[in-house]
Order: sequence, then C-alpha cells, then structure tokens
Amino acid sequence: MDSLLELLKQNARFTNQQLSSMLGISEDDVARKIKEYENKGIIMGYSVILNEELACSNTVTAFIQLKVTPQKDSGFDEVANKIMQYEEVEGVTLMSGAYDLAVTASGADLRTIALFVAQKLSTIEGVVSTSTHFVLKRYKEKGIFINKDVQTDERGMVSP
Amino acid sequence: MDYSKILNKTIQEIKPSGIRKFFDIAAEMDDVISLGVGEPDFQTPWAVRQKAVQVIETKRTVYTANAGLEALRRSVSEYTKKKIGVEYDPVSEIVITVGGSEAIDISIRTLVEPGDEVLIVEPSFVCYSPIVKLSGGIPVPIETKVENNFRLTAEELKNSITEKTKLLILPFPNNPTGAIMEREDLEQIAEVLRGTDIMVISDEIYSELTYGKKHCSIAEIDGMKERTILINGFSKAFAMTGWRLGYACAPNPIAQQIVKLHQYAIMCSPTVSQYAAIEALENCEDEVRKMVDEYNVRRRFVTDSFNKLGLSCFNPEGAFYVFPCIKNTGLTSEEFCEKLLYSKKVAVVPGNAFGDCGEGFIRVSYAYSLNHISEAVSRIGEFLEDIKRN
Repeated sequence: MDSLLELLKQNARFTNQQLSSMLGISEDDVARKIKEYENKGIIMGYSVILNEELACSNTVTAFIQLKVTPQKDSGFDEVANKIMQYEEVEGVTLMSGAYDLAVTASGADLRTIALFVAQKLSTIEGVVSTSTHFVLKRYKEKGIFINKDVQTDERGMVSP
Repeated sequence: MDYSKILNKTIQEIKPSGIRKFFDIAAEMDDVISLGVGEPDFQTPWAVRQKAVQVIETKRTVYTANAGLEALRRSVSEYTKKKIGVEYDPVSEIVITVGGSEAIDISIRTLVEPGDEVLIVEPSFVCYSPIVKLSGGIPVPIETKVENNFRLTAEELKNSITEKTKLLILPFPNNPTGAIMEREDLEQIAEVLRGTDIMVISDEIYSELTYGKKHCSIAEIDGMKERTILINGFSKAFAMTGWRLGYACAPNPIAQQIVKLHQYAIMCSPTVSQYAAIEALENCEDEVRKMVDEYNVRRRFVTDSFNKLGLSCFNPEGAFYVFPCIKNTGLTSEEFCEKLLYSKKVAVVPGNAFGDCGEGFIRVSYAYSLNHISEAVSRIGEFLEDIKRN
C-alpha cells in the first residue's frame, strides 16, 4: 500500500503539513494525492475509532452470520444490497466457509437487535438461516488496543 | 568503615552517566512523554520469540561453548559476509557476547594497557571512556562537528594521534547524532591508519538502521580487517534489547584473547537468546525492513519538525536519533532538558551526556509512534514559545 495511505490509516487527522514532513514530499503534493484518492474512491471517507463502551454505553452490537441461497444472475449481491440499506447495519461482508454473509448491526438494546434479526433480516428472500452473536467486550479495534493499559511502554523514560 | 579507602579509586572517580539524573527526575513525574530512550519501540519479531519458547520447552538450557553456539557463529559469519562482504571464520574469529556492551568492554580490555591513549570519536555512546579508564588507558576525545555532518575527518584523526595511541573507537552509525560514515570517509581514515599499529574498534550496532544509504564498515576497506574489531548485536536491528546478545569479530590472534576474558567473566552468553538469534539472522529480513521503513518516516518528520521550530537539525542518516542544536535558546543542554521536563513533561537527553562537544545539542529518539512523537513535538513547540516570551 502507498505510504500516504498507510499513514492515513494510522491517523487520518495528521495534517497535510505533518504528512509532507513524514513523506519528504511537498504539502501541495500531499493535498493533490489525497484529492486523487478521494476522487478515485480509494479513500471513501474519514471516520473515528471510538471506545464504544465509554462513548455510548448502551449501544449493543452483534455479529450476525447469514446463510443465503445465491440468486440466479446476481449471486449474493442482491441479498447483500437489501441488507445494506438498513440503518442498523454497519457492515456487510461475503465470507468463505460455513456461512455466507457476515452482518454487523448495532442498536439501542438487545431487544432492538433481536427484533431486527427476526423481523427484517430473516424474512428477506433467500436468507436461509441467521445466527446472532452479541459483542461482550472489545479488545482491539482497527489496529488499536481498546484498553490502553495493555499497550504500556515498558521501556524506561531515559536510557543511553 | 571508610569505604572510600577500600573501593577502587578509578571506579570512584568515574562520574555516573549524565543520563541518570534525568531518568530519576522523569521517573518521579506523571504523564511524562519521553523521547529519551535508546531502544526500539518495536517488538522482537514473533518468529524469534517463538523460537525461544521452543528452546525452553525442549530444555536446551545448558551452557554453550564459551565463544557461543557454533551454529550462531556460522550465522553471524554468513550474515556479515552478506552485509559487508567481509569473511570471518566462525570457529576462530567470532565471539558471541552479552550485548554489544560486553563486546565493547572485553575488546577494550583485551587491547588497552596502562598509559595507552584511546581515541574516542565524540559525541558517542557513554561507555567507552569509563572502560578505557578502568584499563588504565587515557581516553582522548576527538570532537566531530556539525559542519562535517558529525563525521570523523582524516585531519581530526591525524591531529590526535601520538606515539602512545593504541586504539581508535569508531561508533557509526552514531548514537546520539545519527551520523554515518560513507566509503569515501572511511577510505581516508584507513589511509591514516594503514601502516600503523593502531587498532580500530568499530561499534556498528546500528548498522541495519541507515536511510537511503547502505551501511559501510571500515573492515571492508583495504588493509583494515586485520586492524579492526567489528562489534555488532541484535538489540537495535532486531528489537532484542532485553535478550542481551551481541558479538565481536576480530582477527584470530585478537579473538583468542577476547574469548579468554569472556570465558572468565561470563562463561557464555545466554543460551536461549543464542538459539533465538539464529532465527533473527536467518529469517527476519522482512521484519527489519519494515522497522527501517517506519523509522525513516519518523526520522523525516522529526528532523523537519525541529527545523520548522527553529532548532536547526542536521539530517541524520542512521540510528534512530536526531540531534538538534539548541544554542539559540540561550540555555545549556542540561538547562534546556530540565526546564522542558518540568514545564512540559517531555523527556529528552542533553547532548553533553555524550561528550563535552555535545553541549548545545539535545538527543531526541524517534523510537516512538508517530502520534507520540507528534504530541511531544507540539509540546516542545509550546516550550520554545514560552522561552521567547520570557
């Protein structure tokens, strides 16, 4: 991956000035490259990594495994497209292995998600079965350790 | 009991490292952001750690040969040949030591006799001069200059040589300046030394960490292998500081004396570390490359940031330090570091800890994540604004 993208993945809030220092290219070049990535749809947006427990303690997240009958012509795409439309759904991925679609959904409480799965997901044509797994605790998110204590620097403050 | 009468005079006269004081202050404070350490922030490659676990599980935990596992010495020999094109006999010219530090210690002690002068390129790592003194030798600093990119020049070397000169200590890539010596520079140094009986201890512990230019060892230069003890180790390149493993490569007659000292002082280097180190040398090139790429991004960022803050910073091409000049603040190195630590809780190391000629500079380590560095740099920016205002 391009080193500019690597850096933005680490921290999308690095300024163009900082990125220009890090990469040894001009600020204009940084701005131009980012624009290009955005235009090409390689950079699709900028988001924040939250410690969900602290930020919105009541939200419940579930990983839902779906078995789906592939449709003629469209395969899994049509079902995936339908699922994507729901605002409860944060992510949809086609998987290899024992099930087909992995759906990440979140809601205000367990009941909301349970109803969402029972009434909306499982009734979609082509969905054969669902298996819902609720998130209990997060340890690492997008490469970042959620519990900062795990990441403590054991090195001394100063050494030769 | 008056211990001062009992204790060795030389050791009593040796000053504790100037770094110690800052360590003590920083350790007492909360929320300090440090750019002060001389060890990688990366983890030892997984394969190396796994190998160590396997070695422990299979109970290979007895002494090795004094000079180290032969398999490791063979690996070191191969690796050295591959990296710098110089061949050392694994059986008779390589000694595996407890870190580069022990290699430095026993190499100096193997050579230096009372009254011998030892040329020490400064600024540099803190241990050379005390060890020379403990052998009864006389440390003679050669001060490198920022206008020469902190490289040693033939002229400076020539001016320091007397009939008592026994040894030159050549520490490149350099801690704390980040300077390197290129082939042309080393050719000129070799020109001065060839035909003399002056030996070189080339401390190349940072040899893997150069940016854009391949490391060149003085042992590569014509006529120099026979008068060089090459020191390297696993701490910096493979992020293995706590494993305590390094090595010395030297012509047979010297290596055979070095191994005697090692045998009586240490017996042998840690066995588990030795097995794991074979894995590092043979299978971790990709990990090292990734670390170097990451250091390089940080290096550009830190250097550029200090220059923008108005602390002129020579462009370092090796190790993981920058060495900005702080003379325009009107503060001494120690004042700067102490005030910065108390007012902004950022720990860096005063340049004079690495020799008198480091006065007016600070050593900043970039063995930290970019986010960490970026926060520290912005605090240093605030600090400089505060100084200007007062």
